[in-house]
Amino acid sequence: MANQMLQVRNAGCERDGRQLFEDLSFSLATGELLQIVGGNGSGKSTLLRVLLGLYTDCQGDINWSVDEAPLYLGHRLGIKQSLTVIENLRWFGVLREVPVSQDRIDEAVYKLGLTGFEDSLCAHLSEGQRKRVALGQFLIMDNPCWVMDEPFSAIDADGLSFLMAILQEHLDVNGAIIISTHQPITIDRPINTLALQ
Amino acid sequence: MNLFIASVQRDLLVHFRHPSEVLNPLVFFIVVISLFPLGIGPEPGQLKEIAPGIVWVAALLATLMSMDSMFRSDFEDGSLEQVVLSEQSTFIFVLAKVVSHWLLSGLPLVLLMPLAALLLFLDEAGTWALTLSLLLVSPTLSLLGGIGAALTVGLPRGGLLVTILVMPLYVPVLVLATAMVQAAEAGSDTIGYVYWLLAILFGSVCLAPIATAAAVNVATDQ
Repeated sequence: MANQMLQVRNAGCERDGRQLFEDLSFSLATGELLQIVGGNGSGKSTLLRVLLGLYTDCQGDINWSVDEAPLYLGHRLGIKQSLTVIENLRWFGVLREVPVSQDRIDEAVYKLGLTGFEDSLCAHLSEGQRKRVALGQFLIMDNPCWVMDEPFSAIDADGLSFLMAILQEHLDVNGAIIISTHQPITIDRPINTLALQ
Repeated sequence: MNLFIASVQRDLLVHFRHPSEVLNPLVFFIVVISLFPLGIGPEPGQLKEIAPGIVWVAALLATLMSMDSMFRSDFEDGSLEQVVLSEQSTFIFVLAKVVSHWLLSGLPLVLLMPLAALLLFLDEAGTWALTLSLLLVSPTLSLLGGIGAALTVGLPRGGLLVTILVMPLYVPVLVLATAMVQAAEAGSDTIGYVYWLLAILFGSVCLAPIATAAAVNVATDQ
């Protein structure tokens, strides 16, 4: 039984005198993936920030029916350069008030392909590895809703197939995902697409 | 409470790994103070008279130097928006940032005070009053400075703007603190000044983080 998680009515946003989108209405239910597509500058990132309440200069109704705020991977990763991989992952747990066990973190590190880098400072990692650390927040917590802004950029082919697998897994346990990407999403599930001009 | 402790620990760890941001203002403080005996001439009488003013102005400038960085790295790497997004209180996070700022910039200045007093020939009563006044005032400086730091964090070069915004707020504590040291040197009672500085400190603890949290929310709204 699919439950409504997000209901958006007539959302619109104007930025620097340009209408990015208007009269957008859509909804998201458990087990659904919504892919937002559109060219550079079409307002994909802004739409995600509007949905999360991080950007408030917009119109329309956005109603979440979730118990905890969705997890968000943005352009700014939320990773502190002078902290280690483990310390950064623990911080994500602290922010969400979720106790994260060491086993869970070890497992996430292993899945993310960061074994051996646990105690490396994030400043010493590559761009793609830092992105993997930021993706770790989705693995160490059981938050039903994920919001991901360009999660595939800077990720290699192995990482890509791994990411598709975790997306699939999350949908299988009745999670919901909103994702903005140009990359085709290859999962065994129907995908809702929202195109921005 | 978890967030508060974890946030302070995190800041201390980050600065422990990159101590230059903490050390630069302290070195600046000592260098500025040691310039005065060179510039004015090393007569103890003259230096002693202007010592409270010199030490206080140097302390304010050193505090302001470190102010700009209070939220900047968190803003730039996205940690700040993650805090706003999580349903935790921004007030608590801001308070934690202020406390770690004080531990890293205010407290070391307090500890350096006796050295500064020595350079300017202050007597024992004056040294004690100076150290006590900075101990009472430095948390206020961090609290008020946090407002300016949060307001300017979204701007690419906020450093000078923080100074302009925050300096006027520092005037009352500067006046009271220097008056307290002068009163101590003259041998009169300083308890009245202590009460005043404490009153300002408690007022700031209650009000400043509210303004700072609001400014943080504005800064991430983009």
